[in-house]
Amino acid sequence: MAQRGAGVALDSSELAGRVGGAVAGSEARPFATPGSAAIEVAPASIEAVLRYLRDDLGFDLYVDVTAVDYEALRGTIEVLYVVRSLSDAAQAVVKVAIDARDPHLPTVTGLFDGANWAEREVFDMFGVRFDGHPDLRRILMYPEFEGHPLRKSYAYQHRQPLTPERDPIADPWPRRHPIPQPSQK
Amino acid sequence: MNGENAEKKEQTLADPLSEVMELQMGPSHPACHGTIKFNLKLDGENIMVLDTEVGYLHRGFEKMVEQGTWTQAIPYTDRLNYASPLINNFIFCEAVERLCDITVPERASYLRVILSECSRIADHLTCLGMGATELGAFSAGFYMNEARELLYNLNSRVTGARVTVSYGRVGGLARDVPDDFEDMVREAIRKTEAVLSDSEKLLERNRIFTDRMVGIGIMSQETAKSFGITGPMLRATGIAYDVRKAAPYMFYDRFDFEVPVGTKGDNFDRFAVRFEEVKQSIRIIDQALKQLPQGPVVVDNPLYVLPDKKDVYGNIEGLMNHFKIVIEGIRVPAGEIYFAGEGANGELGFYVVSDGSGRPYRVRVRPPCFYGMASLETMAKGHMVSDLVAIFGMVNMIGGECDR
Repeated sequence: MAQRGAGVALDSSELAGRVGGAVAGSEARPFATPGSAAIEVAPASIEAVLRYLRDDLGFDLYVDVTAVDYEALRGTIEVLYVVRSLSDAAQAVVKVAIDARDPHLPTVTGLFDGANWAEREVFDMFGVRFDGHPDLRRILMYPEFEGHPLRKSYAYQHRQPLTPERDPIADPWPRRHPIPQPSQK
Repeated sequence: MNGENAEKKEQTLADPLSEVMELQMGPSHPACHGTIKFNLKLDGENIMVLDTEVGYLHRGFEKMVEQGTWTQAIPYTDRLNYASPLINNFIFCEAVERLCDITVPERASYLRVILSECSRIADHLTCLGMGATELGAFSAGFYMNEARELLYNLNSRVTGARVTVSYGRVGGLARDVPDDFEDMVREAIRKTEAVLSDSEKLLERNRIFTDRMVGIGIMSQETAKSFGITGPMLRATGIAYDVRKAAPYMFYDRFDFEVPVGTKGDNFDRFAVRFEEVKQSIRIIDQALKQLPQGPVVVDNPLYVLPDKKDVYGNIEGLMNHFKIVIEGIRVPAGEIYFAGEGANGELGFYVVSDGSGRPYRVRVRPPCFYGMASLETMAKGHMVSDLVAIFGMVNMIGGECDR
């Protein structure tokens, strides 16, 4: 926070310079979007970049993770991270472009709790796998759903096959947690 | 007694406290407004694990918006949050207008502020009323519903619909408000104030109500920031962050209002912050009505705004302009923007990507209550099942917004 100086909003190129200098291998470069300081970084460095933004530049409020499918245009999916500084309302957008044929990148759930559900949604909607995510399963769609609906290759009229009824006893809701032991009474 | 029966007896006599009970609450549960499922693991009556399942109301908002023109996206935004559809309309339009680099006329902006604040009141009343009803305080709930009805009637007079308003347009508003708009708003506000003071007396020092609210579902500032909690829930933890103050849009910088904050971040703080915000919204409406200028309510720009009917029927240029906008849609310049405004539940953001054609390339809604629901397990762990209802009520999940 002290490095940035209160009330001084960074512009995109300044932010790219800071991030590029502080995080090795981030290859940060600015891009234009109104109202935000925006940079594009290398996928492998995303966690380090967001950690630097949060801890050193004061972007302490997690806002959002989402994605845009550019497979037909550039063969990539862009994953976008939005963070904000509560002290001066400055907003930063960090973008990574990953290969649309095998989309995966490191998770940031270790930094922001809110990223857990958001990354699940990006996985659900775009098929992007987040390496190291503790609980990567569909969130808005049902488990039997085939495909990833927000990909441009998924036609909006596309029908899904009927799925047989699930037996809640034989096939219960995902047991992601070890069964906890009750406290001794 | 043979062996089989002995085993059976042992099972029935097993101490219920020695095992973890699995309970599924929902997706349609009378104590929860909204379609949501809680998969619980309980130790007696205390929550050990809560797995929240959302998505029951998923209608593919983001996919459907990509299929139509920019203007056709506006009716979809109504259907995100039924309690404050106008706020969704306006924030979406503000996002697109920033991409188009157009500034709406003063009157349109003032009307957006007034109607947004009316919607915020309606949304808070929904949350407070439903929350109180779920804890058994039916009278307070019905009082608040009555006040909300006044504001829905106002919606109906101004936009022609109570909930599915579709009143915002890129560049301004669909049409001007009726002549007696100011009187209607003042009347609705006057009655709302009366209802508020009644409900406040019913709830604020009601022992049964406060026992269920104070100290329940505490959230720390650090957790809130990490989860992306915004709006009344963030302010209840003591952080005075409101998009209207921190990064003013529309004309929020021209009004004098305060950002109420809580101290502990518990359920009661969330309740009290919303209550106080209703009063602040009334202050804003009062000032905005006094300053409301005359003038047009849409920008004078044929690229984005439909021509007058007089021109459509009177000359060929008007007719062609009308057809181009209706059939091809407005052309939003290529670019991308994340724009957020203060929705009633928190920061309502739109990540909008345009490729320069007449259709949105991508519209992402950042729903405030989605992250509220994500944090539900943190808040509810260790509390009893009955407290989950109270905590859930103060998150104010709106299914349409959370599941899109």
